[in-house]
Amino acid sequence: MTSESGRNPQLNRNGELHHLLSLEGLPRAIIERVLATADGFINVAEREVKSVPLLRGRSVFNLFFEHSTRTRTTFEIAARRLSADVFNLDITRSSTAKGESLLDTINNLTAMQADMFVVRHAASGAPHLIARHVAPHVHVINAGDGRHAHPTQGLLDMYTIRHYKRDFANLTVAIVGDILHSRVARSDIHALTTLGVPEVRAVGPLTLLPDGLEQMGVRVFTRLDEGIRGADVIIMLRLQNERMRGALLPSAQEYFRNYGLTPERLRLAKPDAIVMHPGPMNRGVEIDSRVADGAQSVILPQVTFGIAVRMAVLSIAASSQRMQ
Amino acid sequence: MIELDAEAVYRSLAARLREEVIGRDVRLVGVHTGGVWLAQRLKEDLHVAHEVGILDISFYRDDFSRSGLNPSVKPSSIAFDVEGADIVLVDDVLYTGRTVRAAMNELFDYGRPARIDLAVLIDRGGRELPVQPTAVGRRIEVPEEISVVLSRDDDGRLHLTLEQRRDI
Repeated sequence: MTSESGRNPQLNRNGELHHLLSLEGLPRAIIERVLATADGFINVAEREVKSVPLLRGRSVFNLFFEHSTRTRTTFEIAARRLSADVFNLDITRSSTAKGESLLDTINNLTAMQADMFVVRHAASGAPHLIARHVAPHVHVINAGDGRHAHPTQGLLDMYTIRHYKRDFANLTVAIVGDILHSRVARSDIHALTTLGVPEVRAVGPLTLLPDGLEQMGVRVFTRLDEGIRGADVIIMLRLQNERMRGALLPSAQEYFRNYGLTPERLRLAKPDAIVMHPGPMNRGVEIDSRVADGAQSVILPQVTFGIAVRMAVLSIAASSQRMQ
Repeated sequence: MIELDAEAVYRSLAARLREEVIGRDVRLVGVHTGGVWLAQRLKEDLHVAHEVGILDISFYRDDFSRSGLNPSVKPSSIAFDVEGADIVLVDDVLYTGRTVRAAMNELFDYGRPARIDLAVLIDRGGRELPVQPTAVGRRIEVPEEISVVLSRDDDGRLHLTLEQRRDI
């Protein structure tokens, strides 16, 4: 039994998931439970009634301090398919613009009887701050914070890999692109190592590779051809345009020449390798359209699986309520 | 621990249900896990052509806020069209009736069945909802602190045991 202060802030006293803030340090059993529960939600969307009554009467607030239509929409669909009442608050344009502090905003929303906050914030650690501050029955789900974590994307990536590869035990997974600024890469690396993937690779230009990857158990490659050779899974990351304007990269064309995934390069990976991307894609920058739309791409199934995985996260977190 | 002759109880259930479904084109739906074992046996013995439907009612339980989500949820899968179907819902033990209510709610989210019958191996009384089975293998009376557990061995034989409940 760990002490109160040493406790993982995501877990309640019984070791159950109460908030989802990061995949770092999350026990393997909880990750596996999310994946197994998501299996049960996959075919809900194929029925006449596309929702189950699990979270009927609960209020889920989507708090997006940073704009992201896609992630917000998939969380909204997930919460609605659980029959929760969903409220979308686009904070970028409202209270904070008037100078209200983050915690004042949260206090106000808690006073409106929120049961769960789904938080996207440009500052790393903002969801942790909120989780420490909310009432004990309220749950916080991190929908992406700064460069820190995007745990539901990491979980849906694990679900996708498990769907196509069945087992994590013998895989080589290459994560390609802007690892330095990517919360997706960070979450994926934590989940892959927790699930026992023997070879996790980070591939990108030196200027976009953070320090300390080797200590996380990751093999680092600066050349794409070597990095994806023999890989079972290739996760391409979005290259954000602002990286070009900074001094980190010369140009989109040169980036594509060195790190763009083309059909020719994809042949270096295993013949049955899958190609993933968290979206939105920059075609012709990090990925060739023939790969993005090709037979090995599982980019659209990722989106579908993402809804079931988020339903699993919301319902598992909501069910820890009585323990607090 | 008391053991009942589950195979004999099953034969009695199959005989009762056979009379009920004569001349009908029924579809069997088992409630996970014991109900699915029984529905698969009944499909063979009653020569039901359609694939057995499987329901995991975890997402429909009425005690979610008290007990949380079942840690081992399995996907429901119903391969036939529920709309207008003649359905026999199959479960191992009928007690409060809450599982049956949850199962019917889930079925209606697949479509509107023409009819739903209920077949159970054991009816132990103790209803908290107005639920009435169509076919029963055996009715027994057991105290609240006892649970009736169906299991299946490697050869597919069914076993029924009465065990002390651990949660009360």
